[in-house]
Amino acid sequence: MSQSKQQVFRLNTGGRIDRSRTLSFTFNGQRYQGHPGDTLASALLANGVDIVNRSFKYSRPRGIVAAGAEEPNAIVQLGSSEAAQVPNVRATQQALYEGLAASSTNGWPNVQRDLMGLFGKLGGQFMPPGFYYKTFMAPASMWLTYEKYIRKAAGLGRSPMEADPDNYNHFNQHCDVLVVGAGAAGLAAALAAARSGARVMVADEQEEMGGSLLASRETLEDKLADQWVARVLDELAGCENVTLLPRTTANGYHDHNFVTLHERRTEHLSDTAPVENGHRQVRARLHRVRAGQVILSTGAHERPLVYAGNDVPGNMLAGAVSTYIRRYGVAPGRKLVLSTSNDYGYRAALDWKEAGCEVVAIVDAREAPASDWVDAARAQGIKIITGSAVIEAKGSNRVTAARVAKIDIVAFKVSGPVQELACDTIASSGGYSPVIHLASHTGARPTWRDDIIGFVPGLVKGVQACGGVNGTYALGDVLAEGVEAGIKAAAAMGHAVQTVTLPSAERLQQGPAVALFQVPHEKPTLRGPKQFVDLQNDVTAAGIELATREGFESIEHIKRYTAMGFGTDQGKLGNINGMAIAARCLKRSIPEVGTTVFRPNYTPVTFGAIVGRHCRDLFDPERYTALHQWHVERGAEFEDVGQWKRPWYYPQKRAGAVNGERESMAEAVARECLAVREKVGILDASTLGKIDIQGPDAREFLARIYTNKWEKLAVGKCRYGLMCKDDGMVTDDGVTSCLADNHFLMTTTTGGAAAILEWLELWHQTEWPELDVYFSSVTDHWATMTITGPEARKLLAEISDIDLDRDSFKFMDWRSGKVAGVPARVFRISFTGELTFEINVQANYAMHVWQTLFKHGEKYGLTPYGTETMHVLRAEKGFIIVGQETDGSVTPEDLGMQWCVGYDKPYSWIGKRALTRSDTKRENRKQLVGLRPKDPKVVLEEGAQIVLDPKHAIPMPMVGHVTSSYYSPILDSGFALAVVKGGHQKLGDTVYLPMADGQTHEAEIVSTIFYDPKGERQHV
Amino acid sequence: MSNAATFDTRTDTAIPVESPLAYSYRRSGAPQAGGPSRLQLRERAMLGHLILRGGAIVLDEAVRDVLGISLPGQPQALVQDASGERSIQWLSPDEWLVIVPGGEEFPLETKLREHLGSAHFAISDVSGGQTLVEISGEAARELLMKTVIYDVHPSHFPVGKGVTTVFGKATTIIRRPSEDRWELVIRRSFADYCYRWLLDAAAEYGVNVQQ
Amino acid sequence: MFYIYCPYCGEHREEEEFHPKGQAHIERPKEPEACSDEEWGNYLFFRDNPRGVHHEMWVHAVGCRKFFNVTRHTVSYEILETYKMGEQPSITADSQSQAREGAAVSQQEGVRA
Repeated sequence: MSQSKQQVFRLNTGGRIDRSRTLSFTFNGQRYQGHPGDTLASALLANGVDIVNRSFKYSRPRGIVAAGAEEPNAIVQLGSSEAAQVPNVRATQQALYEGLAASSTNGWPNVQRDLMGLFGKLGGQFMPPGFYYKTFMAPASMWLTYEKYIRKAAGLGRSPMEADPDNYNHFNQHCDVLVVGAGAAGLAAALAAARSGARVMVADEQEEMGGSLLASRETLEDKLADQWVARVLDELAGCENVTLLPRTTANGYHDHNFVTLHERRTEHLSDTAPVENGHRQVRARLHRVRAGQVILSTGAHERPLVYAGNDVPGNMLAGAVSTYIRRYGVAPGRKLVLSTSNDYGYRAALDWKEAGCEVVAIVDAREAPASDWVDAARAQGIKIITGSAVIEAKGSNRVTAARVAKIDIVAFKVSGPVQELACDTIASSGGYSPVIHLASHTGARPTWRDDIIGFVPGLVKGVQACGGVNGTYALGDVLAEGVEAGIKAAAAMGHAVQTVTLPSAERLQQGPAVALFQVPHEKPTLRGPKQFVDLQNDVTAAGIELATREGFESIEHIKRYTAMGFGTDQGKLGNINGMAIAARCLKRSIPEVGTTVFRPNYTPVTFGAIVGRHCRDLFDPERYTALHQWHVERGAEFEDVGQWKRPWYYPQKRAGAVNGERESMAEAVARECLAVREKVGILDASTLGKIDIQGPDAREFLARIYTNKWEKLAVGKCRYGLMCKDDGMVTDDGVTSCLADNHFLMTTTTGGAAAILEWLELWHQTEWPELDVYFSSVTDHWATMTITGPEARKLLAEISDIDLDRDSFKFMDWRSGKVAGVPARVFRISFTGELTFEINVQANYAMHVWQTLFKHGEKYGLTPYGTETMHVLRAEKGFIIVGQETDGSVTPEDLGMQWCVGYDKPYSWIGKRALTRSDTKRENRKQLVGLRPKDPKVVLEEGAQIVLDPKHAIPMPMVGHVTSSYYSPILDSGFALAVVKGGHQKLGDTVYLPMADGQTHEAEIVSTIFYDPKGERQHV
Repeated sequence: MSNAATFDTRTDTAIPVESPLAYSYRRSGAPQAGGPSRLQLRERAMLGHLILRGGAIVLDEAVRDVLGISLPGQPQALVQDASGERSIQWLSPDEWLVIVPGGEEFPLETKLREHLGSAHFAISDVSGGQTLVEISGEAARELLMKTVIYDVHPSHFPVGKGVTTVFGKATTIIRRPSEDRWELVIRRSFADYCYRWLLDAAAEYGVNVQQ
Repeated sequence: MFYIYCPYCGEHREEEEFHPKGQAHIERPKEPEACSDEEWGNYLFFRDNPRGVHHEMWVHAVGCRKFFNVTRHTVSYEILETYKMGEQPSITADSQSQAREGAAVSQQEGVRA
C-alpha cells in the first residue's frame, strides 16, 4: 500500500472543516487524507493533486476548475466494490467520508501517463468539430466498431456490473412554497414565507445550506455572513411548516410547478447506505413536488474567461479559489495571477493574499477600474495591470506562467507587448451567468440583459426569481429580493406575512464590469493554441468559429455540430461564452444569436432514485384472481394478460417420470384440450371484465353501442355482442345478459375492461346524457369458473339446486341458484363449443366453490385448463379473439360476422355509418378465413405473411397473414386462422407462406370452423 | 321498485370465505414489529360495499331514511354514522360508496330500492371486489406520502375526506375517518400488489399487521 | 406533469389521475346516414392542431370518472380554464388574441442542451 501523502496545500486555519479528525480516502489507487467538511475536490486540492482527469476528445490533462455543480473536469467514478460503482460524480459535490474510493473516468492506462493523450495530441489538429460525424460516416456497417472505440476513448464512467444493494424511494410532496437554493436570497425568501405559516420546502444541493455566504468575506450586522445563516437555519428548523432538504438538487422543473428533487441521504456517509437496526437506510429519495409557488434562488455561476491554454491544471474560477480558501481551508496553489473583467474577481486575490500566499498580479480588462474592491487590493499592495488580460496559460501538467498583454476588446486583438508572469494558478472571472437552467425547463425563454452581461430567466406562472439568478449580486439587494419573493409567494397562497427585518449588509461601491468572453491572442483563433469553451466536451473557440465558417448560423446547429453544452455538463460554464464567440464570428449580438434553453436533469440522477420502489417484484402490479393460490399450488405456468396473471397451462408430472419431470407445454395443452372435448375441463375466467348496467334506457344504450340487436333479449337470456368504434372497426366483444328489464350484465375482454367502461361513460356523458343508465364495474366482485365438456352437466348437477335440464336451461340462458351452497349466477354460454356452464359467485366464496367442484369432479375427469387450451379450443370453433384476429382495421364483415350486425336497427349505432364507406365495402379487404396446412404436421407461424405465387420475384405481393395458429389434438393436425385479401371468395384456394428459413408452407383456405361445424355439441 | 335484479351473494351457512388478502397473508405473512412499531395495518375484511348511483336529490332522502345518515353532497366528503360502522363517501356527482357491516348490504339495497321506487338510480354490490385496510400510527402519513400521489397533509386532508387516487402503479380510495386513522379501499385483484407495497414502504418504521 | 382542476371534484389533481381524450366539442352528426363520406371522414379523422389556445376533452379516470373540457395553451402548456361537459369555454383563441393585441412574442431559437 502506498504511503499517505501530506495535505501540503491545507491552510492552518479557517474553513468549515474539522481538522481534529482525519479521513482517509483513495483516488486512482493512491491513499490520501482529508477532513470532515471536505469535498473530494477540496481534499484532492489539499493534497496537491493537479490532474484529476483526461479530457473527452483530446485527452488533455485536466484539473479542478470550480467548487460546485458547474465543475466540468473533476468527474469521477465512485465505489469501493463492484456493486457500489457510481459514474459521473462531480468531485466538487461529493462529501468526503472515511474509505471513499474514487477514480478518474477517463485516462488509460492512468491520468498521469495517458497513451490516448498521445493520440489526442497528434490528432488534435485533425479533430475539428463534426470529427466523429465526418470520420465515422461510412461504411455504416462499421459503426458498431467505431462506437466501441469512441466509447472507450470518451470514457464517461461505467455502470456497475452487480446488483445495487441499496434502496431508493419516492415521496409525493405538496407545498405552498418551494425554495430552490438556500443561499442568501433563498434563505431570506424561506424565512419570510415560513413566518406566514405557509407550507415551505427548501432544497439545496450542497452539504450545508448557506450558499456563497458560507465562504463570504462580507458581513451582515457586522458579523461574518455565515453567522446569520446559522441563525436563520435554526429558526427554519424549528418551524413545523418548513421542510429543509440539504443535499437535495432540484433537477427538473416540469409543467405547472411540478419539480423533481433528488435527495442524497447517505452518499456523504459511505458508498452504500449504512444499515441501522437491521434496516438498510434509504440511499436516495426522489421528491415529486407539486408546489403552489416556486422561488428560484439558484444563484449564478461564475463565467471563466476563454484564453489559450485555459484548460491546463491550475486554471480556476476566481470564485472557486475563494471558496476553497474560505470554506475548505485549502489554497490551491502558491502564486496567483487573477484575470478579471469585473470587481467580483478581486475577492479571490484578497482571500489568496490573506491566506499567506503570493498574488503576482491582478490583470483587469478594464482601462481604469475604480471601486472599493480595487482600493482594497491596492491597499494590500497587490499589483494591478489594467486594460489587459491573461492571453495564454503556459505549462502542460500544471500552470507555470501567465502570458499577459494589453487587449483591445472591440477590435478583438492584442494591442500591446506580452509579458510572462511566473505563477502556478490563474484565476479568471468573466462575470456571472445566472443559473437559469430550471426556469428554462419550463420552456420560458430567458432574456438577455446588457447591464449584467447575462441572461435572466423567463418565468412561467407561479414562479419568482430572486438574487443571483435574477442578475442581482449585491448582498443587501439579494436579501431584499429574497424577502420580497417570499412574501409574494406566501401571499399568493393566501398566507399573510409579518414583517421581516433585513440584516444590515455592507454597502460596497462597485465599478461597472466590461463584457469580455474570449480573450484575443496574438495568433488568429483558428491557428493559435487551443482556447477551451466547454471543457467537458472539449469544444474550443476555434471549433465554434469553424462551425460558423462552415455555414452553421443557428446556435442550435452550432451546438449540435460542436457538442457544446452536451451531456451531463448542460453548458453550465461554456454556453454563454460559446454564444458570445458565435455572435462575434457572425457579427451579431448575443441575444440575436439565440437564447439558451436547458433540459432536465440539471445534474445526473442515479437510476435507483428514478426507479424508486418500482422495481423487482413491485415493478408493476400483478393482478390475481381469487383462485390464484390454487393455481400456484397446482404448478400452473402463468401468462400475462394485461396486468393479470392467468394460468397458461398446468403441466403435470410426466407419467412414469423418475425425477419429477413435468409435461412440456404441448403435452399439457393436448391433454387439457382432449379432457374438455371428451370429459370436462375448468377454466378460471374471473379476469373477464364485468360491467353492471342499470336504468330504463339500458337496452337502448346497448343497441346503440353494440352492432347487433338487443330489443328482444328477454330476462334470463344472454347474447354475444360485437362493439365497433365509429370508424366501423371491431374494438371489443363479449356476452351481455339480461338480468331484469332495466338491468344487464356486460362482459368484456380481459384486457379491455377498463377501456370499455370508459368508452361507455364517454358516450353516455358526452353524446347521450338523455339516456337514463348507469354503469359500474363489478369485475372484481365476481369470480367466474367455467366448466365445459360433455360431463359438465352431470358435475354441476351434483352440487347445484338449479334445474339444469337441457330444455329448461337452454344454451344462451342464465339461471341463479346455489352452487356448493353459495349463491351463484350460472350462464350457459360457450367459448369452447362444448356444453358449458359459467358459474359466477361472490369472489370471497370462490375458493370454496372451486374446491367443491374438484371434490366432485374427479370421477368425471375434471381437468383445469389454462389460456393456451382456451385459445386452441375457441380457434377450432372459429371464435375470434379481439386483438388477435383484429388489429383496429377489421370490420365485422371482414370477420364474416354479418349475423352479428343489425343494419336495420332504428338508431345509427356506433360504427354503422362507417361500414357503408367505399373503403369498408371494398371486396378485396382482408377477410378472416381458416387455413389448413397441406402437411398436417405443420403449425404455421402466427404473423406469417401469405402470398399467392411463391415463385414471384421478391418482393412478393403479400395478401394477408396468419392471426392464430395451433396444433389441434382432436383433429391431430395444425390449423390456423388468417386474414386474406378477398378471402371469403377464395375457399378451396391454395396459398403459400414463405418462411425466413427458406421453407415455403402450403395451405388451403377453408372455413374458420374446424370442429363441430353445425355447433351441436354446445346445445346438448 | 326499479326493474332491476337483486341478488344476495352472501350465504349464512358456515361456508369458508377468503378475503382479498388471504393469498397475501400466506405469501408475505403478517409482520409483527412488536410494541414500539410506528405503524399498524389492519384489514377490515368481509364488509358490505355498495356503489350507489343517481341524482343527489333523489338519493338523499332514501339514504337518510334507511341508513340514518345524510348523503354527502360535497365532493370528497365522507360521512359516518355515530358508531363509525356505516359510512357513505362521495365518489362523483352521481356516485357514492356505502360501506356497512358485512351482511347488511343486501337488506340495505332492498330497502333503498323499495324507498326509491321507480326513480332512476343504480345500486351495485361490490362487496366481493374490494377490501378495506386501516392504517394508523405516527408514521402513517409518511407511509402514505410514499404511496399515493394525493396530498395527505392535514391542512389538505382533514378528517371526513375521501378521494380516489393513484396508489403506486395501481389505484385506491383513501379516506380519513378520524384523526389517527386512515382507510384504503383496495380492489381485490390489486390487493396483493398493494399489500406488498405497503409492507415494503412500512418496513423502515416497523409495522404490526393485525389480521 | 399537468395539475388539472377537475370541475366536478372541485380541486386540482395530478395528471396521473386523468386521461386525455383529444379535441373537445366534436359532436357526432345527428344523422350519420345523411353525411357524405367526406363529411363522415372529417368527423372521424380530422382534428385541429393549433399553436396557442386549444380545447381538449379529458376524463378524470382515477377519480370521479367524469369527462370535461380543458382550455390549454399548446405553447406554454398553461391551462386557462376547465369546464364541465356541455358548457362552452369562456376563453378562446379569439378572446385571447384580442387581449394580447400588440404584445407580439418574439420566437427566437434556443440552445437545447
